[in-house]
Amino acid sequence: MPSVATYATLAEAASAMTPTSRFLAGGTLVMRDVNYGDQGFDRIVRVPDPALKAITPDSGRISIGAGVTMAGILASRDLDFLWPAARAVGGPAIRSMATVGGNLFAPHPYGDLTTALLALDGVVHLSDSGQVPLDQFLVNRAGLVRSVSVIRPAGDAFRFHKVSRVKPKGASVLTIAAWLNRSAGRLSNVRIAYGAFAATPVRVTAVERALEGASLDQAGIAPALQAATDGLAPVDDALASGWYRAEIAPVYLRRVLLGEVR
Amino acid sequence: MAKTPVTFTLNGREAATFVDPAANLLDVLRRGLGDLSPKYGCGQGTCGACTVLIDGEPHLSCVTLAETIEGRTVETTNGLQDSAGLHPLQQAFMDGFAAQCGYCTPGMLMAAKALLDRNPSPSREEVIDAIAGNVCRCTGYEPIVDAILTAARAPRRTG
Repeated sequence: MPSVATYATLAEAASAMTPTSRFLAGGTLVMRDVNYGDQGFDRIVRVPDPALKAITPDSGRISIGAGVTMAGILASRDLDFLWPAARAVGGPAIRSMATVGGNLFAPHPYGDLTTALLALDGVVHLSDSGQVPLDQFLVNRAGLVRSVSVIRPAGDAFRFHKVSRVKPKGASVLTIAAWLNRSAGRLSNVRIAYGAFAATPVRVTAVERALEGASLDQAGIAPALQAATDGLAPVDDALASGWYRAEIAPVYLRRVLLGEVR
Repeated sequence: MAKTPVTFTLNGREAATFVDPAANLLDVLRRGLGDLSPKYGCGQGTCGACTVLIDGEPHLSCVTLAETIEGRTVETTNGLQDSAGLHPLQQAFMDGFAAQCGYCTPGMLMAAKALLDRNPSPSREEVIDAIAGNVCRCTGYEPIVDAILTAARAPRRTG
């Protein structure tokens, strides 16, 4: 069984990490691996620092501590735009445990919240005070996360929808998050992300480009639907084939963009 | 490896034990303290059979690092019954035939208790959401939902 090392601060923990250490936040990922005899790590590192649970609004953005749970998001009025994404994660018991930081490391097909954070221009703040855009962070998923900062979307500019076969709780076949920023009535600098589509949640830059300057109606989004899977390689898994994911992506993208599903 | 001392409140009573490194709470409850009411189902946080309440909130004990419960309050199905008899949830489950094989029942009861403690008059949809993380492989969900709604309408008990 792995040993457990507890540190007072994230900085101390970061300097104590070894290649065979795993950082434990809510436990839903790491303890599962312990139970199944994962021999890839021999040490669990944890930091029960309440500062990691801070939620701090800062002008047009908001910083969410890595230790904030899904239940913590649902209890915060400042994070009401993330409630649909937090509700999409597991049942109530998982939501009491699973953290924002942990979700960034969740393997496919998990990471529904991360998909939302990606569409909201997520920036990952690391233990060494460095910061990295979330899409870059997801390439290697390295380092200890202190917090994630995201845009606070205005009105109905943020859309989120999870497609799963099992109701009310099931793993995602496709999760779509969209930040539909508008300027003078036209879409501008929008951000679209898919979860459970590739190995990690991904931005869909082809769709973002196709929506630049478009109107948010059937005709305006048509080029974006044509580009719904451009540049992406949908994955096969036990829930759905890559072919199926590619087939449903433009259908649900249309519904999300036109507000037909929330 | 050295064990870690852990002291917490289990169903209203102080519990003290030594836990192995990386031990999960479910093992500590079942093997260490003899509380067999939470069940081992999947071991990966998927089935909900091991659900307990920690400080009143539902948690999956199989993926809870045992030493993190130091100083906290844990409730299991074993603590539901008191001197007045069965908890209204237990009574409603029994009366409504809401258990078939019964393996999911302790997790269902604790998930339901977490809901009713916070929301004494839930809607059917809220009940369904509350047990969304609890799998019943006998698929007897309708009687379970009905039983939780029946318990919510039962006279309040004190304590």
